[in-house]
Amino acid sequence: MQLLHQQPSRPRDVSEYWNGARLALPIAAVIGAIGTLFGYMATTAGLTPLAAIVMSGTTFAGSAQFAAITVLASGGSVYTAVGSSLLMNARFVPMGMAISPAFRGSIWKRLLFAQLVVDEAWGIAYLGEGRFSKERLAGSGLVLYVTHICSTGLGAVLGKTLGNPAEWGLDAAFPALFVILLWPHLRNASRIVAALLAATIALTLTPVTSPGIPILAAAVAAFVGGQRL
Amino acid sequence: MSRGWGTVILLGVLTILLKGAAPILAGGRQIHVGPTAVLSHLAPALFAALIVTQVFARDRVLVVDARAAGLIVALLGSWRRAPPLAILVSAVAVTAAFRHLS
Repeated sequence: MQLLHQQPSRPRDVSEYWNGARLALPIAAVIGAIGTLFGYMATTAGLTPLAAIVMSGTTFAGSAQFAAITVLASGGSVYTAVGSSLLMNARFVPMGMAISPAFRGSIWKRLLFAQLVVDEAWGIAYLGEGRFSKERLAGSGLVLYVTHICSTGLGAVLGKTLGNPAEWGLDAAFPALFVILLWPHLRNASRIVAALLAATIALTLTPVTSPGIPILAAAVAAFVGGQRL
Repeated sequence: MSRGWGTVILLGVLTILLKGAAPILAGGRQIHVGPTAVLSHLAPALFAALIVTQVFARDRVLVVDARAAGLIVALLGSWRRAPPLAILVSAVAVTAAFRHLS
């Protein structure tokens, strides 16, 4: 890591907290639906409602959480579930590097603000020209965080009452959600190649390896795709 | 400890550290991000792998069933830029309908 320069401090603008919260409200509706679905699917995958809520509170990254319970539901180990989820979360490293200059104060304060970094809040906090608003991140991140946890709790309660998700076609919700998340990434040929190669690797390994391993092995496709740039 | 709680705790701790690593190490200074080509390809690769294993695998056997209809609906919806909630509901409804009809 190369330290370039120190960003000058700016006066705290309280209205920016509200701006962040206001900008996050339309997104919160989608996050709420996804959180409800996660809570529901997590309990049908074997997690207790409390475990589902704790996962949303500590991980706070929908795609990684879905990846973890997908692997668990298919019989994968803790390590393959966590491994595939962490690969999904790897993007938080460069995102954290970009937003770091906006964070001030003690190490604990910076760690706390960093937990609010999710794709949507990070996008709202971006001011352009490489600058970020910590206040907007906090305003939007808190709205999304509370929504995510509450909706997970709602879904977990529903999971105890609705029964087998396959009867409702809810086993199609995971792949549909992943299609929605995948689509914006397919902006150039190398990413399409990476996705197709990963799908091929995963399908090839499914009959011959333990659950979860095909997902981890498919990550190799990212290196092939990345080398094409 | 159950598999579920083990995953929740391990994933939670490691994600908190992953998210906090750069802000803690940087201490308010700018960090050169550098080449992120591989990282930018991780998400599409993993999403694609999760999609095909969710749709075409059942207990280590490859199958084509009602879930494939839901996948087609999701792909069409994303291609036509339909709202995410509409895509989710449509995919679930079509899968349920195919399953009950077949």
